[in-house]
Amino acid sequence: MNSVTVRNLLVRGMLAGLVAGLLALVVAYFLGEPRVDEAIAFEEANSHEHGGTEIVSRTMQSTAGLSTGVLVYGVAFGGIASLAYCFALGRIGRFGPRASALMLSTAGLLAVYVIPFLKYPANPPAVGNPDTLDQRTTLYFLMVVLGVLLAVGAVILGKRLAPRLGNFNATIAAGAFLVLVVGLAYAFLPSFNEVPEGFSATLLWQYRLAALAIQVTLWTSFGLVFGFLAERVLNPRAATEGRSAGTRPTPVAH
Amino acid sequence: MAQSVVQPTTTAVPTDAPAKLPIGAIAPWAVFFGVLMLVLLYFVGAEQGATALVSGEGVHEWVHDARHLLGFPCH
Repeated sequence: MNSVTVRNLLVRGMLAGLVAGLLALVVAYFLGEPRVDEAIAFEEANSHEHGGTEIVSRTMQSTAGLSTGVLVYGVAFGGIASLAYCFALGRIGRFGPRASALMLSTAGLLAVYVIPFLKYPANPPAVGNPDTLDQRTTLYFLMVVLGVLLAVGAVILGKRLAPRLGNFNATIAAGAFLVLVVGLAYAFLPSFNEVPEGFSATLLWQYRLAALAIQVTLWTSFGLVFGFLAERVLNPRAATEGRSAGTRPTPVAH
Repeated sequence: MAQSVVQPTTTAVPTDAPAKLPIGAIAPWAVFFGVLMLVLLYFVGAEQGATALVSGEGVHEWVHDARHLLGFPCH
């Protein structure tokens, strides 16, 4: 019967991931695509060897291709996050279904995206040396794995310290630990600054902000939608009775 | 799918905090679906970039914009 709960949460996680992916897609199309086009215009104006046969047209890449990528990404992370949620429920503290979902999605955004992004930010077309692609790919995925492991480690550390330091101080200590270790990783891992000469700094900044906005949209809307759906799975009575979950008033107001 | 099964384990707990789900119930789903989701992410994020399972450039070119905008190293 618990397996049924896990299945229900997994299905809803993937569904919430799809909804979040659709919202992220809107941001990607309207904020991201104009920057990609500008970067490609720079690339074509400055490259001599480019101009081979086009396998997928720009129109397809920026619509159907972009949709495929962003939606699959949303569904996949929705599924993974819902499994992590099943594990975190009741283990991270006394948080209700919706608060747990928002906390998990915030942690996901930080661990999976923001921590790698601050060291290896998203690059538009024309930025990045193809010769270092293997190394950059390896290091990027390493940072993602490191971000997840360190975030989990910080939560465990916080839980261990809580009885001695109290919840507030334990949370601060765990956060400080996370910042310190991530900072050490930043200091020791190699950096790549492969922006070609003449590439607009404004465009690069706008591109990276758009990339960040896509992820913030994705994870935040996932947390909200999934929390709403998860509460209906875990607490069906309270969900139908009204917004105040449970028979007692919740500590989280409105 | 919208009408979910009422769970005795969760309704039996009168507090705000949800009950823990046993690891044994999560593990099979986590293993199969976790791997499946990671394979999907691999195809969006890295296939035909640094490594390739399928030859050619089709996958890379199709998800090209998504890969750039989602922050993966592309080329």
